[in-house]
Amino acid sequence: MSQADILTASHVLDLTAPLPLDGGQALDGVRIAYETYGTLNADKSNAVLIFHALTGDQCVASPHPITGKPGWWIRMVGPGKPIDTDRVFVICANVLGGCYGSTGPASTAADGQPYAMRFPVITIRDMVRAQVAVLDALGIAQLHAVVGGSMGGMQALSLAANWPERARAVLVIASTARHSAQNIAFHEVGRQAIMADPKWKDGDYGASKGPEKGLAVARMAAHITYLSEEGMHDKFGRKLQDRESKTFGFDADFQVESYLRHQGLSFTDRFDANSYLYITRAMDYFDLAEEHGGRLADAFAGTKARFCLVSFDTDWLYPTAESRTIAHALSAVGAPVSFVELSAPFGHDSFLLDVPTLDRVIAGFLQ
Amino acid sequence: MSLLRPDLAVIAAHVAPGSKVLDVGCGDGDLLAALRDERQADARGMELDPMGVAECVARGLSVIQGDADRDLAFYPDGAVDYAILSQTLQTTRRPDLVLDELLRIGRKAFVSFPNFAHWRVRASLLWHGRMPVTRLLPIAWYETPNIHHVTVSDFRDLVSARGLTVEGAWFLSGDKRISDAAASWRAEHAVFLLSR
Repeated sequence: MSQADILTASHVLDLTAPLPLDGGQALDGVRIAYETYGTLNADKSNAVLIFHALTGDQCVASPHPITGKPGWWIRMVGPGKPIDTDRVFVICANVLGGCYGSTGPASTAADGQPYAMRFPVITIRDMVRAQVAVLDALGIAQLHAVVGGSMGGMQALSLAANWPERARAVLVIASTARHSAQNIAFHEVGRQAIMADPKWKDGDYGASKGPEKGLAVARMAAHITYLSEEGMHDKFGRKLQDRESKTFGFDADFQVESYLRHQGLSFTDRFDANSYLYITRAMDYFDLAEEHGGRLADAFAGTKARFCLVSFDTDWLYPTAESRTIAHALSAVGAPVSFVELSAPFGHDSFLLDVPTLDRVIAGFLQ
Repeated sequence: MSLLRPDLAVIAAHVAPGSKVLDVGCGDGDLLAALRDERQADARGMELDPMGVAECVARGLSVIQGDADRDLAFYPDGAVDYAILSQTLQTTRRPDLVLDELLRIGRKAFVSFPNFAHWRVRASLLWHGRMPVTRLLPIAWYETPNIHHVTVSDFRDLVSARGLTVEGAWFLSGDKRISDAAASWRAEHAVFLLSR
């Protein structure tokens, strides 16, 4: 299927009321940028909301606005694909705090200057609250399903827990109900790398290129957590990069170094450093049980939705035990829940890559 | 339900309509689908094999990947009307504890297993002195998942030692019913309905 077959439209929604935030403030003038694919049916019952991951964007099945690369989930979303846009109406919005058109730290505040670090710290629930406003604007009372991988899965869980009437089915892939100490630790390394870059200037880098080196290091550290050790070994091993022998210097002798440097550098072309700070903070603050009196099952009490949780055996960022914990919490409240750990060599990134069983699970669950 | 495996057909025929059911070791979900479609049951499953779970999810069933020895503890007491364990008891590490768990989670439990005292099994041991490889036990001893072989008489002993009540028992050779009296020798499959 070529991309041209997909009906896509870019939209922005300007919220008319201030958006209340978990931090206690309310944010004025919030704009949410989103894409849609397929056609909303007459009774508005066929909508599927896809939540994107940390560095994702709303272009789930259309070319990336900066790099021009194909949509990040083109293999899953489109006509005849597991999330079949001939049948369902797909919505994907850029998260609050993001840098692809939704309000974030690079947006202009009331004084005409970018918010930068004056932007309020937001939570996963705040991101979802902003997207519920999009559903309200579209007149969609109840979604056919919400779908999300990684941070997108956190948002799907948050919607299920806090707006339980808004989705009939909830699909959560390679995700977690809370950020672990290790998850927070890796994010902190990334944030400190950004803040240690003199070009960060306490966030006030404005329209200049900003802390590219720090952001690249943050991406390099994070990227390691998205791969499996086995996958890295198979792809790079100890192979040298375009050279016969080690140089006894600090060039990128090894292919894995060259690869990470490239990942880091290319990331700075497409992502805002302050957005990275705010979104990783939101993920670190995420603890669905804590929001609901310390008991995860209570987050889902009375839910009428169907749930499906998928983990991958090589994902050490959000390992299978995290998904299993969620499945057990849902079982405890009698919710219809499926959980499966799939085998794939790609680590956390498996949810974005070629795992045919995942296609079957998603297509089957969304029937 | 004619396409169901014979022991599953017996179970499906005796589940009260509209029941809540947990099928432990549900495989591809054949029994769950039959219970949902023909008995209007709220049917959930647990399955160890990820491909089995994926198949179930693709059929619209609610199935959790898990291990009968380890993961039943997460289900609340009295969560379902029937807990079902078909052809799985003999693969568990502690069948006695699994049985306890089934009757903690379910008000009643269906348990089916291959009868290791079937005459072909006895003959193989008696005449050849070898662990049997039969229609129901087709895998050699060193690679079989069946680590706790059990006979109809063994199972009855366990049931009475645990103080459980036999609400029903069905014995099968292929898809033919075998009388209780002949079950020990002639039944390939046994299906028990138990309560506490």
